[in-house]
Amino acid sequence: MDNKTPKTLPIQSATFTPEVNAEIRRAAATGIYDIRGGGAKRKVPHFDDLVFLGASVSRYPLEGYRETCNTKVTLGTRFAKKPIELDIPITIAGMSFGALSGQAKEALGRGASAAGTSTTTGDGGMTPEERGHSNKLVYQYLPSRYGMNPNDLRKADAIEVVVGQGAKPGGGGMLLGQKISDRVAEMRTLPKGIDQRSACRHPDWTGPDDLEIKLLELREITNWQVPIYVKVGGTRPYYDTALAVKSGADVVVLDGMQGGTAATQDVFIEHVGIPTLAAIRPAVRALQDLGVHREVQLVVSGGIRNGADVAKAMALGADAVAIGTAALIALGDNDPKWEAEYQKLGTTAGAYDDWHEGQDPAGITTQDLALASRLDPIDAGRRLRNYLKVMTLEAQTIARACGHNDLRNLEPEDLCALTVEAAAMAQVPLAGTEWYPGKPGTGY
Amino acid sequence: MLTYDLDAEGLRGLNEALQKQTQETNETQWEVVNPKGSHAIAVGLDAPIDVTVHGSTGYYCGGMNQQATIRVKGSAGPGVAENMMSGTVIIEGDASQYAGATGHGGLLVIKGNASSRCGISMKGIDIVVHGNIGHMSAFMAQAGNLVVCGDAGDALGDSLYEARLFVRGSVKSLGADCVEKEMRPEHIALLSALLEKAESDAKPEEFKRYGSARKLYNFDVDSNTTY
Repeated sequence: MDNKTPKTLPIQSATFTPEVNAEIRRAAATGIYDIRGGGAKRKVPHFDDLVFLGASVSRYPLEGYRETCNTKVTLGTRFAKKPIELDIPITIAGMSFGALSGQAKEALGRGASAAGTSTTTGDGGMTPEERGHSNKLVYQYLPSRYGMNPNDLRKADAIEVVVGQGAKPGGGGMLLGQKISDRVAEMRTLPKGIDQRSACRHPDWTGPDDLEIKLLELREITNWQVPIYVKVGGTRPYYDTALAVKSGADVVVLDGMQGGTAATQDVFIEHVGIPTLAAIRPAVRALQDLGVHREVQLVVSGGIRNGADVAKAMALGADAVAIGTAALIALGDNDPKWEAEYQKLGTTAGAYDDWHEGQDPAGITTQDLALASRLDPIDAGRRLRNYLKVMTLEAQTIARACGHNDLRNLEPEDLCALTVEAAAMAQVPLAGTEWYPGKPGTGY
Repeated sequence: MLTYDLDAEGLRGLNEALQKQTQETNETQWEVVNPKGSHAIAVGLDAPIDVTVHGSTGYYCGGMNQQATIRVKGSAGPGVAENMMSGTVIIEGDASQYAGATGHGGLLVIKGNASSRCGISMKGIDIVVHGNIGHMSAFMAQAGNLVVCGDAGDALGDSLYEARLFVRGSVKSLGADCVEKEMRPEHIALLSALLEKAESDAKPEEFKRYGSARKLYNFDVDSNTTY
């Protein structure tokens, strides 16, 4: 063959991409699955695939700067003597001390409190610091029951029984040895330095009939004072929501696959569970079918990033949302200012997800005291407060443009979809049409 | 002695009355009649009081107990003394599954048999079972002592951490990473004290000790068939 013979160009496989091949080589070298933090990274139908239909001739808008648009929401009105009253419908999702540094937990508490909302403990119990810095603190009741005790339970403003989470529905938590410091080990009654694998299901109940009795016990211990949430990962949202209601939940927390975790198998994060967008309408339908929509509140999480996402989730029927990953970014996670250090770890700002290794340059997902000291909890808390305020203003802007004086008055009729997939999942019309797949009476 | 008729007066009133007792209370002796298998009896107590339940209980009797001594003159349903922090719970009859689950402290005595998952995820509680226990007991047990005067079912101590297991009779099978260990003098002394507190006349020398081989504490590619 001479040099003048035309050649085909090298073609990279769309199936065996460089990322896929790198993972195959990594697996072959180590013999263990990839573990990482965060939520699903691959592109899935999301809130970006929806747009709002602003007011025009058929509806009139509210003045953006003058007419009020309520953002307050009350959670736990079904059974609790003391429901949680929030100034904004954006809460901070459960993240543990252990997964996060003490400074990061403090910053979350400061930011949430300044914005008038709640924050949440995680797998590992309640620290005095986070209780002290959180005006409203939700105490997670998890399968592991690490650090679980009735005294802390009674200090909580609400209890969240965690059945699952969007990053790993059906899986337990994971905290590798690098982060099991003396304090974390003591709080969890574990040997220092072990690779902690939390249980995937609760040790003393199985199924909705048992859960109903478990909720009775928790209410008896806390004198029926505080709301009880039930958190589920997005898998079968209609049935999970219905069964949570049947079990006596005051609030259902629904977490889609973009919701983050401190650490679990990458294959779990990317391949188990459904997108947040697809989970909301079935959950709302379950509440409506049972006649408890708005009486049992729905909190949606998993990939909420801005006020538009907040407004879209609420328009689809949520009463509030929760943020985790976005809150960490507001604190300073994955900030390009640490790029040189991310490079040393073999990654880059924006892609760093080896949170389980405890070497976070931003000092957030670590138990290393020197790294953790890089995060000023007061400054970071202020950034979170600002971010929450911006999200709220953005959501209000959209609500007013749609003619609503309360974020919870947003409704599916305010939305249309840009893709057929999003139209099917959100059950709102494809833009420019009155149709979505599965619309009753359309035949298909 | 204060007598509470659970059937007539209801669960909320009972727990409220028991939970409001303080360290200095002189209302230390309580009895509950007509429990009729009710759930969540005497949960969340935190005072040095004695509560005797005349009859069998449902789920979670004595849940999250602190300081109190609760005696059930009958059998107990699932999750008795779950997450107990301190105090004593005594079951005269048998106990259903998850007895003593996630308990952080205190003593749970079961005079009869305990079903599956006894001591699951225990975190410091002492459990003494006069009879037998079911399968998957002491699963992921982290700390404390489980004493079984009879036999143990399948997969005892699967994936356990630092809890100590003492069994006098047979063990149908051991779970992942659970192995028999040497009984040293300190274990005999520990067991002797627990048996005495639990009103058992079993001899410590008749028991075998089981614990973690600690091979699953950190991920190891050569152990991955047991994960």
